[in-house]
Amino acid sequence: MTKNKNLIEGATGSWEIVLGLEVHAQVQSNAKLFSAAPTTFGAEQNSQVSLVDAAMPGMLPVINEVCVRQAVRTGLGIRSEINLRSVFDRKNYFYPDLPQGYQISQFKYPIVGEGEIEIDLKDGTVKKVGVERLHLEQDAGKSIHDQHPSMSFVDLNRSGVALMEIVSKPDMRCAEEAQAYVKKLRAILRYLGTCDGNMEEGSMRADVNVSVRRPGEELGTRCEIKNVNSIRFIGQAIEYEARRQMDIIEDGGKIDQETRLFDPKQGVTRSMRSKEEAHDYRYFPDPDLLPLVISQAMVDELAADLPELPDDKKARFVREYGLTPYDAGVLVSEKASAEFFEAVADGRDAKLASNWVTGEFFAAINKAGLSIETSPVSAKQLGALINLISDDTISGRIAKDVFEIMFETSDDPAKIIDERGMRQVTDLGAIEAAIDEIIASNPDKVEAVKEKPKLMGWFVGQVMKSTGGKANPKSVNELLAKKLG
Amino acid sequence: MTDLTKLTLADARAKLVSKEITASELTQAHVEATEASSKLNAYVTLTSERAMDMAKASDARIAKGESGPLEGLPVGVKDLFCTKGVRTTACSNILDDFTPPYESTVTSNLWNAGAVLLGKLNNDEFAMGSSNETSRFGPCINPWKATDSDVDLVPGGSSGGSSAAVAAHLALAATATDTGGSIRQPASFTGTVGLKPTYGRCSRWGVVAFASSLDQAGPVTRSVRDAAIMLTSMASHDEKDTTSMDMAVPDFEAALTGDIRGLRVGIPKEYRLDGMSSEIEKLWEDGINWLKAAGAEIVDVSLPHTKYALPAYYIVAPAEASSNLARYDGVRYGLRVLGNDITDMYEKTRAAGFGDEVRRRVLIGTYVLSAGYYDAYYIKAQKIRTLIAQDFAEAYKKCDVLLTPTTPTPAFAVGEKVDDPLSMYLNDVFTVPVNLAGLPGISIPAGLSKDGLPLGLQLIGRTFDEETMLRAAGVLEEAAGFTAEPSTWWKN
Repeated sequence: MTKNKNLIEGATGSWEIVLGLEVHAQVQSNAKLFSAAPTTFGAEQNSQVSLVDAAMPGMLPVINEVCVRQAVRTGLGIRSEINLRSVFDRKNYFYPDLPQGYQISQFKYPIVGEGEIEIDLKDGTVKKVGVERLHLEQDAGKSIHDQHPSMSFVDLNRSGVALMEIVSKPDMRCAEEAQAYVKKLRAILRYLGTCDGNMEEGSMRADVNVSVRRPGEELGTRCEIKNVNSIRFIGQAIEYEARRQMDIIEDGGKIDQETRLFDPKQGVTRSMRSKEEAHDYRYFPDPDLLPLVISQAMVDELAADLPELPDDKKARFVREYGLTPYDAGVLVSEKASAEFFEAVADGRDAKLASNWVTGEFFAAINKAGLSIETSPVSAKQLGALINLISDDTISGRIAKDVFEIMFETSDDPAKIIDERGMRQVTDLGAIEAAIDEIIASNPDKVEAVKEKPKLMGWFVGQVMKSTGGKANPKSVNELLAKKLG
Repeated sequence: MTDLTKLTLADARAKLVSKEITASELTQAHVEATEASSKLNAYVTLTSERAMDMAKASDARIAKGESGPLEGLPVGVKDLFCTKGVRTTACSNILDDFTPPYESTVTSNLWNAGAVLLGKLNNDEFAMGSSNETSRFGPCINPWKATDSDVDLVPGGSSGGSSAAVAAHLALAATATDTGGSIRQPASFTGTVGLKPTYGRCSRWGVVAFASSLDQAGPVTRSVRDAAIMLTSMASHDEKDTTSMDMAVPDFEAALTGDIRGLRVGIPKEYRLDGMSSEIEKLWEDGINWLKAAGAEIVDVSLPHTKYALPAYYIVAPAEASSNLARYDGVRYGLRVLGNDITDMYEKTRAAGFGDEVRRRVLIGTYVLSAGYYDAYYIKAQKIRTLIAQDFAEAYKKCDVLLTPTTPTPAFAVGEKVDDPLSMYLNDVFTVPVNLAGLPGISIPAGLSKDGLPLGLQLIGRTFDEETMLRAAGVLEEAAGFTAEPSTWWKN
């Protein structure tokens, strides 16, 4: 499996990086994992806190069935084993943003067991990354340290929000693979609608386990880089951490198993806590909650209702639309772009649609820093533009100009063409008149073209110039050949 | 007029229904009794004004013919139940003057049934204790005294306030909770009836948690019928407590047919402890004879893992408690003692907020859950728990209820065992297995010790078969004919 290209070179030889990821994904649900409080992002501080979330005396957790269904759907989406019986445990530690003094999580018996995710790599290969487990757990609140000179504040809006922790096997060997894994997982979650995958808002974040070893040797000691919140940072953190570990070992040192934080400003990882503070979480089954038992019938029902996922969609795009696997892969990598493409391709030349979506369209939104959701050009409008190319209303070259105007104005292409007179001239009489006029006023060129057929290009240019570029190039060529040939 | 506090709950109910008395009169009598009871220290918060308002509202409902099943009946509530707008402390300093903005499900059920709140009752801090001596408000005193003695006795615990208040006629009934015997042992010490329902019968929502897998609310009353009436209103399926059982609540009073002919009563041989006092042995023998005389069949059964129950309990309960009490950290409510940093604040707050017994159990619980000890203690205790439940299941193939003593001794003196936790824990030897197995149990006053102190017998029922247990309890109560009352020394 190991490819040499992934090795990094140290002073004493090459090293292999071994990576495993623990991704925390916030479950898309209206209420928290064990309470009815809402989960809207960005709400006023402490406005989404129930008595349970604040751990008032005598309060009890009640499992939110929606979160259970979402976890099962995710498990199915990453082709994992679903455990019909799972157990919630308490992970005990003191922290002001953890009101209960414990986090309710699943330790020994998670709701989802082993599975796998296929990742697409830049060289066109596909790699399988194993999933160890997925479990449900509560998020903590947020401590705020910059509001008072000596006190910290606590915002419990996130306290008790449902998270899925998805743990991979240590199957990745370079930053690109880790990034591709997170991208693919995020795409699957978004397709399923089980997590919005929004890393900036913290609804998805990754703990990255990094170790290095000589190729073929036993696994090295790993460090865990906590809470990395962008795909770019995941890459940077891995690159830095792998070299840090390699340098230590090559200098005769030893890696301490520890938790580290990535500092995006400096591009470095730093040790988070010392060994003296090592936690003993005293996990034990939460006596407030009975074991979670779900039926096979429910799992089957959820499986039957799963939407088409990226891998299946990619295969279908190749099969149905005749796209290349590469283009299909690009289009399905985000649910939104796949949907956008299908709307554009609907009833049209799929290859032309794919070229426009992955070409002009992606280039324009990327350049403008926009997304499909915020794009000024809708799928319907782009489809209308393609219609105008297909029915010869405009040429492909003019279409690019029209698209630029559409992107600036959000206007429909037909309106732009009409208002700006960009319609292709297909009236043969008009073209003929233009040709006749050029022939009449350039008798020398007419003579010359008889000797040098290449000069025909000059005539085409003149006709296009006199028609403002709107003449149908095919008609121009045909008429010129007739008159001068 | 007769002293209205002498009525049983059932009799008072009858007099209210027949309009012989009003809820206001009944409540007034109890308010006066509670206000003259400070020597007993049974109530830690009196809600006299609120009680009179509630009684007035009851009278209005009675007049309109809209009475609930407990309409106008004044009761006391253990300070472990959260009561909206009324200070709730679990008798711990850590909760300071915490006043919940919510009402526990059990007490909500009572108020919906028309009951009247007299006040909050003393208990061992966080229900940890068997003598009500660990309360932040100081010990509650048993209304009973030994013959020719003036020594203050404990009312049992942790529901000492509940048992003392009911024994001293400071409430028609009281709510209590039982984690290892905290309803039945105090009932036994005070000549009252204490019923611990099946785990899952009453909602735990809004009850300050001690050990979640063992805690169960129940009533302390002066008769078996009263216990049945109280339980009928206290019990409910509650969606807010997923361990509460989704099943209909029967009318437990209807189970009191007085007929136990053919009932098979199991006598577990392992409960015959070495060195058991002869008066307890005799009491047990009396109970057996009474039931036999009423037509029951007596069956010898074995509960072989009984001796492991107490050690297992003192692992499981502290383990859960150590985690349940982590929320009392000074951050959001209750006591806060400022420190130099967050850890210092935690340490100072919890040191000032928790008493010795609570600290002892938090430490034990933390220890048994720690890495390296978890398997040896917690897992092993859970296995014992399973074996104990199997013992009972096996026994119930041969019998319908079990009869045992409630406690190995009568009430002891205040201060006598406070420095000897192990001897204190032994109080629960007959009651703890019932909690570990999640079964219902009831203590009925059955006789007096040689020193004139009440002694109780315990009946243990099948899971969710409180009805058979109550039926047997009614017969036992009738046969025992326990009518002794403590002198009212505290009134002077």
